[in-house]
Amino acid sequence: MTDQAVTSLPPNPDPCLNVEITPELVSQHGLLPEEYENVLRILGREPNLTELGIFSVMWSEHCSYKNTRKLLRLFPTEKADKEAIGQVLVKAGEENAGVIDVGEGWGVAFKIESHNHPSAIEPFEGAATGVGGIVRDIFTMGARPVLLTNSLRFGSLESPQVKRLFRGVVSGISHYGNCLGIPNMGGDVYFDDCYEGNPLVNALCAGILRHEDIQRGAATGVGNPVYYVGPGTGRDGLGGASFASRELTEESAEDRPAVQKGDPFMEKLLLEACLEMMAIPGLVVGIQDMGAAGLTCSTCETASRGNSGIEIDLDLVPQRETGMNSYEIMLSESQERMLVIVNRGRERELEEVFEKWDLHAARIGEVKEGDRMVVRQKGVVVADLPAKSLTDEAPIYDQPTQEPAHVAQAREWSIESVPELKADGVGDALEKLLKHPTIASKRWVWEQYDHMVMSGCTVEPGSDAGVVRLSIAGIDKYLAIANDCNNRFCYLDPYKGAQIAFAECMRNLACSGAKALAVTDNLNFANPNKPETYHMLKECVTGLADACSFFDVPVVGGNVSLYNEHGKGAIDPTPVVSMVGLIEKADEVTRSFLSGEGESIVLLGGLPHELGASYYLQTQFGKKEGRVPEIDLESEKKVQEFLLSQISQGSVQAAHDLSEGGLLVALAEMLFDKNEIGMSLAIDSLGNSGRLDALLFGESQSRILVSVSDEGEFIRSAEQAGVSAQVIGCSDLTGRFKVSIDGNEILDANVSGLHETWSQAIPEIMR
Amino acid sequence: MKVAILQFPGSNCDWDAEHAVQDVLNVPAKRVWHKSGLPAETEAVIVPGGFSFGDYLRCGAIARFSPIMLGLKEFVEKGGQVLGICNGFQILCEAGLLPGALVRNDCMEFRCLNQSLRVENSNDRFNQSKFGSAISLPIAHGEGNYRADETVLAELEANAQVLLRYEGNPNGSINDIAGIRNQAGNVYGMMPHPERAVEPHHPCQDGLPVLDAFLEPIRKNNPIELSAS
Repeated sequence: MTDQAVTSLPPNPDPCLNVEITPELVSQHGLLPEEYENVLRILGREPNLTELGIFSVMWSEHCSYKNTRKLLRLFPTEKADKEAIGQVLVKAGEENAGVIDVGEGWGVAFKIESHNHPSAIEPFEGAATGVGGIVRDIFTMGARPVLLTNSLRFGSLESPQVKRLFRGVVSGISHYGNCLGIPNMGGDVYFDDCYEGNPLVNALCAGILRHEDIQRGAATGVGNPVYYVGPGTGRDGLGGASFASRELTEESAEDRPAVQKGDPFMEKLLLEACLEMMAIPGLVVGIQDMGAAGLTCSTCETASRGNSGIEIDLDLVPQRETGMNSYEIMLSESQERMLVIVNRGRERELEEVFEKWDLHAARIGEVKEGDRMVVRQKGVVVADLPAKSLTDEAPIYDQPTQEPAHVAQAREWSIESVPELKADGVGDALEKLLKHPTIASKRWVWEQYDHMVMSGCTVEPGSDAGVVRLSIAGIDKYLAIANDCNNRFCYLDPYKGAQIAFAECMRNLACSGAKALAVTDNLNFANPNKPETYHMLKECVTGLADACSFFDVPVVGGNVSLYNEHGKGAIDPTPVVSMVGLIEKADEVTRSFLSGEGESIVLLGGLPHELGASYYLQTQFGKKEGRVPEIDLESEKKVQEFLLSQISQGSVQAAHDLSEGGLLVALAEMLFDKNEIGMSLAIDSLGNSGRLDALLFGESQSRILVSVSDEGEFIRSAEQAGVSAQVIGCSDLTGRFKVSIDGNEILDANVSGLHETWSQAIPEIMR
Repeated sequence: MKVAILQFPGSNCDWDAEHAVQDVLNVPAKRVWHKSGLPAETEAVIVPGGFSFGDYLRCGAIARFSPIMLGLKEFVEKGGQVLGICNGFQILCEAGLLPGALVRNDCMEFRCLNQSLRVENSNDRFNQSKFGSAISLPIAHGEGNYRADETVLAELEANAQVLLRYEGNPNGSINDIAGIRNQAGNVYGMMPHPERAVEPHHPCQDGLPVLDAFLEPIRKNNPIELSAS
């Protein structure tokens, strides 16, 4: 055959336009037959393959929240008290991230997002691109990112597979975040068999901006040019959004192309270039990152928000692979890309910024009248859809629910079923708890994160909350961040479990001296089509929403990750609560560690008495069972308000809340800063339970330990505030941890030995 | 402008260095983009930390070809004062302005912590009588393992060019080396971050005297009161 013959063939038509849309193809795209009927109705014709792909990703759970949208409406999205600090400036769901006011004309944008499925398949890249995605959401708002944290969940570290995932995830986060130069303040890490094969990797970013600099993701102004900025598009991450909306199976490893590959250097350039561009007054009309569903999502969402039409030409999209068809370009999830709409006539100003940073800035289309999203390639229209149909007409489901049997069983549980702990077993029980990777020191994790860059780190990871000074904004205020969710509680009592996650998160902020402002949540659940799962999802959301309303702490954004299942089963419900708080003055910043001798240790909230659902039951008996501790929001509020008022008066040296492991673990943790500090504890009764195990290791809620120098005054103030407070011990320089109950010594341990056990548990496993 | 803080694509401690020098030490400082020349009024240069050019190829290997490096070499030849911190230290080594090289930490992991350091008596600006024999400074690096051949190492030690050594070596550096200077005494490089230890909320403020010692030649011309020490 001659060259002549080849060139005389008609131009190769886009294969996506000629594919027959069969029911199998529809099902492979994760669309139900009735959803496809809807597509036919909206279009008035059959879609081509590219259009089918677009509907498939936009109507995936990941982008549309079709199974949770109704439930999410339960969350309060603004503050009821309009005078309080922390008013919501951009509400949940309006933009790429919510924004709250922190005073003096400054706002904070923050959000959490999951990258669970990619991290299960390819832990390093999955976790790295999870950081990249959430950081883009924040600077898209016009904010300078100031902190990162992560909420991580893994199976038991005894498994070599889990060790591989843990190591990979931590180094992926470290690799990406460190290069960006955004301090990572750690976060929480839990280990539980239920996450085996399906780890959770939730990444949070917060950024600071002036109110007047808030950007919108809307395409407005007919005739305004639409720019693509950032590196070229490749075939990586194809269909990642629909991949994230399925259960993981043994075959999922073959989905590896659906995992994106990150380049933190590109993201750093994009971050700086975008902030520089957005600082030019009146240049940017709208901006949106290309995250899940890439070019598809950013074009239809900006058009939908702007009540406009939009037209783009794929021939103008920078590409780093040859021969990509329209389906691939539209669905690619190549990283570090943005869509920007600028005012017509000012194109050069944008181009100059991106030339400086050596990044592509390609004009790929423009804002149009009407409501259509039109995509062309090689002069042919390859997609023509009403933009709003993709965002607003996504299906909404209310699934059937059924309470799982284990929830009812947990309610019926009685402490009588647990053999009592004898005094001579206390030391051993404490050591087992300190060694459990969930409780043990996470220094191995956060020493791999640069938490000091930007000169703001004020309380390093490992205390109750991470605290950064907002030096970069030139203000002497401190942003505090905490994440929480005890999956055991949520599994055994989803409503209470979610409320406890909220209460503990807020309590962690209070222990740092911070007033809680707002929440971002990451709802990690299993397959919602299973009635038991949907029941737990509904209960968790209701519990969390009720707590948010009670405390007037709104939800300003978040993420839902469903289908977290693996061959071995489903994950426990894990509604991760992340809360941002503000500390107005440097001397109100409070740590959880004792710093000297002669400090009185005061327990707020009364002696613990509930053993159900505790880590003690796990480490002693290998059981995840029992009645979840009571949570009374009124008492919680009282104890937190009292603590904050005492901190602001300068009466509190250190504060730490009781959580996993209970009283003895919390007290020991307060000693784990300097080994010479010791403590001797004298408690005069066993409390309501009459049992040593429930007193020392029960996880009763709304309990806080504080150290104070003037105990008399402190106790009097507590009485006036109606908060239960009792002095239970005193710090010294003996380097020993001594506990006596009712006059009988039950523990006398070397602090350095306990510290060693706690700090070496994870490094020893990971060695 | 007195202190030029070089900004490469991927630099991420440039703001921190500017903040420490200008807002804490009250010495005028300005970030200078790598594609421009070194401003004529430059009295000292800080090459800050970060991941210049994404650390591709090797840390600092691409930055050494940036246009501003020509001006920097000329500045050094004329006796100008240069301090490279972390990635800046790596760049100065790659550019041949300091001897040796920095390779992957022997633990194969990134390390961020407040590190104990031993101060050496290097010259009249960096010595124990100025800082005391032991200080702490934050470190944050994955490639801080200092390497040099035997001849270079012997020279460094013989000329008292080592400024700081690790107490409890975090990265495998030969002879526990954390920071060095050139023989002429005008180019300094260190893995620890003095700019992260200058304010009350930092883990310590041992970075103040270190930065101050570096800025001493500028201060001599124009004595300025320290604001935060």
